[in-house]
Amino acid sequence: MFAVEAKELSKVYGKEKTIAVDAVSFSVKQGELFGLIGPDGAGKSSIFRMLTTLLLPDGGEASVAGLDIIKDYKEIRKRLGYMPGKFSLYADLTVEENLNFFATVFGTTIEENYHLIKDIYVQLEPFKNRRAGKLSGGMKQKLALCCALIHKPEVLFLDEPTTGVDPVSRKEFWEMLKRLKLQGISILVSTPYMDEAALCDKIALIQGGKILSIDTPSAIVEAFPSNLFALKGPSMYTLLQATNNCPMVEHAYAFGEYAHVILREKEQSPDALLAYLVEKDFTALEIKRIVPSIEDCFIRLLR
Amino acid sequence: MRTIRLLLEKEFRQIFRNKSILALILVMPTMQLIILPLAANYEVKNINLAVVDNDHSTSSAQMVNKIVASGYFKLCASPATFEQGMELIELDKADLILEIPAGFERNITREGSEKVFLAVNAINGVKAGLGGTYLSTIIKNYNQDILLKWAQASKIPAAPQINITASNWFNPSLNYNFFMVPGILAILVTMVGGFLTALNIVKEKELGTIEQINVTPIKKVHFILGKLIPFWILGNIVFTIGLLVSYFIYGIVPVGNLALMYAFVIAYLPAVLGFGLLVSTFCETQQQAMFIMFFFMMIFMLMGGLFTPIESMPKWAQMVAQFNPVTYLIKVMRMIVLKGSGFRDVLPHFFTIILFGVVLNILAILNYRKTS
Repeated sequence: MFAVEAKELSKVYGKEKTIAVDAVSFSVKQGELFGLIGPDGAGKSSIFRMLTTLLLPDGGEASVAGLDIIKDYKEIRKRLGYMPGKFSLYADLTVEENLNFFATVFGTTIEENYHLIKDIYVQLEPFKNRRAGKLSGGMKQKLALCCALIHKPEVLFLDEPTTGVDPVSRKEFWEMLKRLKLQGISILVSTPYMDEAALCDKIALIQGGKILSIDTPSAIVEAFPSNLFALKGPSMYTLLQATNNCPMVEHAYAFGEYAHVILREKEQSPDALLAYLVEKDFTALEIKRIVPSIEDCFIRLLR
Repeated sequence: MRTIRLLLEKEFRQIFRNKSILALILVMPTMQLIILPLAANYEVKNINLAVVDNDHSTSSAQMVNKIVASGYFKLCASPATFEQGMELIELDKADLILEIPAGFERNITREGSEKVFLAVNAINGVKAGLGGTYLSTIIKNYNQDILLKWAQASKIPAAPQINITASNWFNPSLNYNFFMVPGILAILVTMVGGFLTALNIVKEKELGTIEQINVTPIKKVHFILGKLIPFWILGNIVFTIGLLVSYFIYGIVPVGNLALMYAFVIAYLPAVLGFGLLVSTFCETQQQAMFIMFFFMMIFMLMGGLFTPIESMPKWAQMVAQFNPVTYLIKVMRMIVLKGSGFRDVLPHFFTIILFGVVLNILAILNYRKTS
């Protein structure tokens, strides 16, 4: 049995029939940390809202914890934990009151499932009498995660949990997710940050409501042709233009202070490219072979 | 049951933490009940009167004295000509001009009749209409006094006339407060019930907290009850505060049964709560809810018989008033407070208002979707 299984799931919005989710299929194994990676507007939140029974799909079917998202929505709601992208707890209740409220709603107590949230809650404890609205961004996320976990859900849905959170808190957050996975909770997480993708067991790259690729992060990276180079030189803009015009180059794009260059498959060495660029009067060039990141894969898939 | 208790606990915590809402609930009815009845008074007083006396006789002076002594008029000027009087009206210094012709006293004594001219500034319709009527009545009385005086003097039996003696039932001193306070109280109860419910639910939508609730096993019905019950209780509290204010400030003691009044408010509140709930299902933001509620509150107030009697409205407006729940509360409040109506008298209104509650709540629940 899969923790989450979507088959041809579709969603169309409004009178203009904007396709937000276009026949998306994927499955999350039990105890797996599955990432939906894609830019803003890719349809990640719509998929989440359909799977968490907040939105009815316009096509296809899906199951969560083996239960149909339309027929068994009541039962699913007891078994899933959902943390929306926007902070949605009661800002005028305190940390403890929020947690207590959600525990009681699910017919449990904080004590009963304290072991699940312990690591996170110890950081929140000093602020337990503070109103949730007055917490910092990272603390809010931690509280939201606690509230989503307090009833020991089988599947956890985290919609962009690290958007707007500082890098340190982001790192901590992902470590928490790894620990939760060890407790046997299946996690579906969405993020626009490519660097977080590598931390998932399996990722789906999504764009324009369509899944471009589903695999483990390492397999996605391995599928990338190995001839990726980082190129650096003065006047990056003209350099990038000249590189893209070179017949040996498949694609070149800016990537931080470097330009990433994918050479055509038969070209295994950058020497020919260098010679080409020197001929075009570029000097002080620096080029090195690099291991592709998820972001490189994503950019290549988008083309 | 456990879920509802939990939701109520949460709701009350939030209400008691929101100081401005709490102030609104406690201070608003008190302040409004103190201020509004004093301002919302139909009695027109201090009408500025300009008298153009072309006669300067004892009789004309007597008549003017009588007018000013009535208390409704303030003699603001005595211009020499009517044109000067008109100027005062144009400057908004005078509301009425009374022109007494030259030879007023002579004509009245010799010929037994004389005409005076009355010009009314009709920009403020109520003031003009009532002022004109008051003045005519006073002059008529004066006229009668003269007739009587002569009748005695000449020992001729006076012309037969009908004397009218009016007695004001249920409000003998025609105290407007007795009439306005129950009406304003009805509006306050409606405001707290309707406004707060609508805004509260829409707030959960706006902040996204409703999403978090929707993924929990909380049932639709529980959520709605968790929202309605607190405001139903608050509505009753506001009503109690209002009754206390009207007793201590205006000395209004309901003639009828207090328990009957509470029973009606208890039956009435679900109707406005349901209305607030219905509005909230159509709105995404508190701003939208606020404007929609404001639109309806204006209609409820102006077409509910608070200021103007429903019977004098055009037919279509009377139809609208029939579908206005506030109409019934205002009516019943006045019936019980002033007239002392009993259960039998208000029974039809009970049925109507319960029907309102049932229909509005059913509509609201049908329109409230947990999954879109």
